[in-house]
Amino acid sequence: MIKIDKEIKSPINVGLFVTCLADLMRPQVAFAAVTLLESGGCTVRVPREQSCCGQPALNSGDRASTTEIAKNVIRAFAEDDYVVAPSGSCADTLINKYSTLFRHDAQWAGRAQSLADKTFELTSFLTEKLDFNLEGVSYPGVCTYHDSCSGLRELGIQKQPRKLLAGVKGMALSELEDSSVCCGFGGLFSVKYPDISGRIVSDKCAQITQTDADTVIGGDLGCLLNIAGRLRREGKRLKVFHIAEVLAGMTDGPAIGEGEGET
Amino acid sequence: MSASTSSQRVEFQERARQALSDVSLQRAMAKARGGFVDHRRDAVDALPEFDAIRDAARDIKDHVLANLDGYLELYEQKVIENGGQVHWARDADEACRIVAKICKDAEAKTVTKGKSMVSEEIHLNPVLEAAGMTVVETDLGEYIVQLAGETPSHIIAPAVHKTREQITDLFHEHHSPLGYTDRVTQREALVNEARSVLRERFVAADVGITGANFLVAETGANVIVTNEGNGDLTSCLPRVHIVTAGIEKVIPSLDDLSVLLRVLARSATGQEFSAYTSLYSGPRRTDEMEGPEAYHVVLLDNGRSRLLGGQYQPMLRCIRCGACLNHCPVYGAIGGHAYGWVYSGPMGSVLTPLLNGFDQAMDLPNACTLNGRCKEVCPVRIPLSDLLLKHRLEQHDRRLNTNFGRFLLSAWAWLARRPRLYQGVMALPLWLMHRLGKRRGVLSRLPGLGGWTDSRDFPIPARRSFLRQWHTHKARS
Repeated sequence: MIKIDKEIKSPINVGLFVTCLADLMRPQVAFAAVTLLESGGCTVRVPREQSCCGQPALNSGDRASTTEIAKNVIRAFAEDDYVVAPSGSCADTLINKYSTLFRHDAQWAGRAQSLADKTFELTSFLTEKLDFNLEGVSYPGVCTYHDSCSGLRELGIQKQPRKLLAGVKGMALSELEDSSVCCGFGGLFSVKYPDISGRIVSDKCAQITQTDADTVIGGDLGCLLNIAGRLRREGKRLKVFHIAEVLAGMTDGPAIGEGEGET
Repeated sequence: MSASTSSQRVEFQERARQALSDVSLQRAMAKARGGFVDHRRDAVDALPEFDAIRDAARDIKDHVLANLDGYLELYEQKVIENGGQVHWARDADEACRIVAKICKDAEAKTVTKGKSMVSEEIHLNPVLEAAGMTVVETDLGEYIVQLAGETPSHIIAPAVHKTREQITDLFHEHHSPLGYTDRVTQREALVNEARSVLRERFVAADVGITGANFLVAETGANVIVTNEGNGDLTSCLPRVHIVTAGIEKVIPSLDDLSVLLRVLARSATGQEFSAYTSLYSGPRRTDEMEGPEAYHVVLLDNGRSRLLGGQYQPMLRCIRCGACLNHCPVYGAIGGHAYGWVYSGPMGSVLTPLLNGFDQAMDLPNACTLNGRCKEVCPVRIPLSDLLLKHRLEQHDRRLNTNFGRFLLSAWAWLARRPRLYQGVMALPLWLMHRLGKRRGVLSRLPGLGGWTDSRDFPIPARRSFLRQWHTHKARS
């Protein structure tokens, strides 16, 4: 299914950073990520000693808590060759935020940097580290892709998911106007400023419904929960999936925000 | 939490709510938003070296800020050589006193103003009006907000929050007594009517006050960039010209100016160059036919020098183009007035707490999704969203955020550091929420989550977390 890059020695040991949203809200995203990585020749390890990357603490200004959470993550993934996360936002935290956090800490700076160097967002790992060739996966429908901000601006993730989706049979991609504009989620922002967040996501959903798409795909669950929640409130029947679910062919069950009897 | 931060928080949220339910404002903002963004993109796409020029622009500003004292002294010396005067103002009060005294000494009755954000920052108009002068804003947008008794809601488009219908009403109300009894509704007719009214004001003015986009140290010139030419009529026609500017506006040379001008208009309006770019360097010389008799520059510190050498110094690079406002989803949703002060959007959320303290600005650094689009478009590469995060860290370090919020955060963080316990504790609420919502897939009310569910449903979590499923499965096999 996925050919292995010649430069990478086999087996490729990947630690899966599940992300707290995939863990709690949408486990299928993590199962899909494991499937994709394994079919790409990776041996996937899922350390039990993980919870969250610490972004809610960092974005609330709590440096001390973030530092402690970060140390946990660094320790938990010390033995893996690579760390892969099905989220640009969380991967950005591990890659860019931790190294800034420990910049002046002689003991941890090196360890934070080595985590940063081996951490990848899922779609960029699949396209950049593995010689990708997706076969036998189909999704009949017109999809639109929402670029999540951290992945896009901090990690440069834009072409990777589109390259992967181009290999899905039966799928047409209808680009969203302003696909790179924030959906208004922003983690705790959406809880602290729900009115403003609500306005931004309703503008986003208005643009989504202006496309002819029947499915919204993205690479970050935070945005997808936000968008799906708003689409449901508006009574729109669009399906919302994480890209890992689509690539792994796990789209038969309820989409994000869909009930058990609705598929 | 102190009483002031508590009431301030309510005020920001309340102002934001009002803005969100203000139909005219929402209509005006929706109309303006796309235009700025599209025009900038077209202008940037047409200039392949734009990013390299941005780097050069950043380097120029960084160099100035590292040598600010020297360049300010050079600039002052040049202004004096040109026959002008330089006044140093530590804060808003001092700046207002200086400007008022110059106006009084000139026995000014009418004062015209080109657009100056510094004059808004120091609240100059009420001071001059209290001294018996008639103050007339001559930038069309500023003129409109002056008629409405409001403040600018955008640093380059002060009346961006107003619809054409509202402007029609304002003009009809204020211009009828001047003989303009027809109710004009079309854009061109509105502009012509304002032009006609303002023409008389330009001629009648005793003192003209403008801002400065740049101050050139090697020549002593102030540079103003406009699309209406109002800045020029304000600078040239009155007997006295006063420039109000922040100390960070100084740049070394005309070569540097040419670099900065190449990014300014493109970032602001998407123009290659503004309609008018004018350099003024002092009063009328003996052999000249026109120009003011006296030329004053009031240089304002008002907290800026405190930022030198610190982690927020990059904010002083700002050239006030407004690109960060135009690309900010929060600004686009609530407009400028909700921010509570003259500077709004991302640059305002960084700058306001720095100049005024957190007392009146606790919310500003937090009311941001950290999406980073502001940082991406900034012509002088100010890491705006990173600076907002620094504000949050500082608020937390200084214990300025609410005790309840801090408690919730540290309880969560304590748990997040103990993954096995975390997974155990999360199991019950997951199961419960899943059970309540599994038929519909969403919960339409979730009281613990603030107002999240006021405007959207909450997709339900899984019955069991991934980690529990994975490790149970692994233990069995």
